[in-house]
Amino acid sequence: MEERMAEFRYALPRTIPVFVGYLFLGAAYGILMSVNGFGIGWTFAASVFVFAGSLQYLGVTMLATAVNPLVAFVMSLMLNARHLFYGISMLGKYGQVKKRKAYLIFGLTDETFSVVCHEQIPPRLDQDLVYFWITLLDQCYWILGSVLGAIVGSLLTFDTTGLDFALTALFAVIFVEQWKQKEGHKPAVIGLLASAVCLLIWGADAFIIPAMVLIFGILAFDYKKEEKKMESEEQI
Amino acid sequence: MTPATFQQKILIVIAMMIGTMITRFLPFLLFPAGKETPKFVNYLGKTLPFATMALLVVYCLKNVSMIHAPHGLPELLAILLIVILHRWKSNSLLSIGAGTVFYMVLVQVIFK
Repeated sequence: MEERMAEFRYALPRTIPVFVGYLFLGAAYGILMSVNGFGIGWTFAASVFVFAGSLQYLGVTMLATAVNPLVAFVMSLMLNARHLFYGISMLGKYGQVKKRKAYLIFGLTDETFSVVCHEQIPPRLDQDLVYFWITLLDQCYWILGSVLGAIVGSLLTFDTTGLDFALTALFAVIFVEQWKQKEGHKPAVIGLLASAVCLLIWGADAFIIPAMVLIFGILAFDYKKEEKKMESEEQI
Repeated sequence: MTPATFQQKILIVIAMMIGTMITRFLPFLLFPAGKETPKFVNYLGKTLPFATMALLVVYCLKNVSMIHAPHGLPELLAILLIVILHRWKSNSLLSIGAGTVFYMVLVQVIFK
């Protein structure tokens, strides 16, 4: 048993920053769920089975407005497309994992990725077990935060009108954060314009799928153009 | 707006779960260690996150009316505050918290 604890003791301090972040973001999520009429059960289930922060936030709106599950599915794919690249970056490290590999991949959130991607675990420790503890601890923090939020939310008595704006605020902050990277300007503007145009044409209830198709189409077109440019440059 | 039935809600949560799991498992299924990832996939990985976040901001604001009072003013002001605050302090929790509280004050007290 003493042997096994070594991995846990190694993992725990490395997850503390995630603990702080998840406690607050999770609590805000739980409160939002609660004021939209979804109790602890729904919050708990989403944090256990979906375990994807920004998607769960968006899920509050999707649940409250009863979107078509197909829309929810496509939204999940698009919002979480970034995970593909965490996965690709982790192919080397997680490729060799033998025990509980499926759980490690299931729980590869932005925050867990940020902890494990640069981790150089000392060879005396069981690598698989360290990764497992980091992933499990992070998910426990997320569940804890969101359930606490759900409890707090059910006790709130002040006027919560406008609290839903936290979701808009979250996405706006991520947008500003991404804007710091210059190569993101073009796709960000494409996304903004394509969505706005589709919103004007199809209206609030139906614009999301056309917008996704349009964004994908413009990006694919742009890729083809870049590819041709690269080819012609290579020929010169 | 019709409230979702229990069954619908379960389906939405399952759809979110499957969508998320696909994005997390796909790389390990498609690209076993050592195999090169297609260029287009890499390109999407670099661009899609930016475009998606823009789409989501628009999605959150989809029901704001520019024609009827207050003409989207509370949303505009709150987002302005968030952008300025975030460029200044770069503290996500602070930007989200202050932006939300400011918006709540605007819609509850000022633009009633």
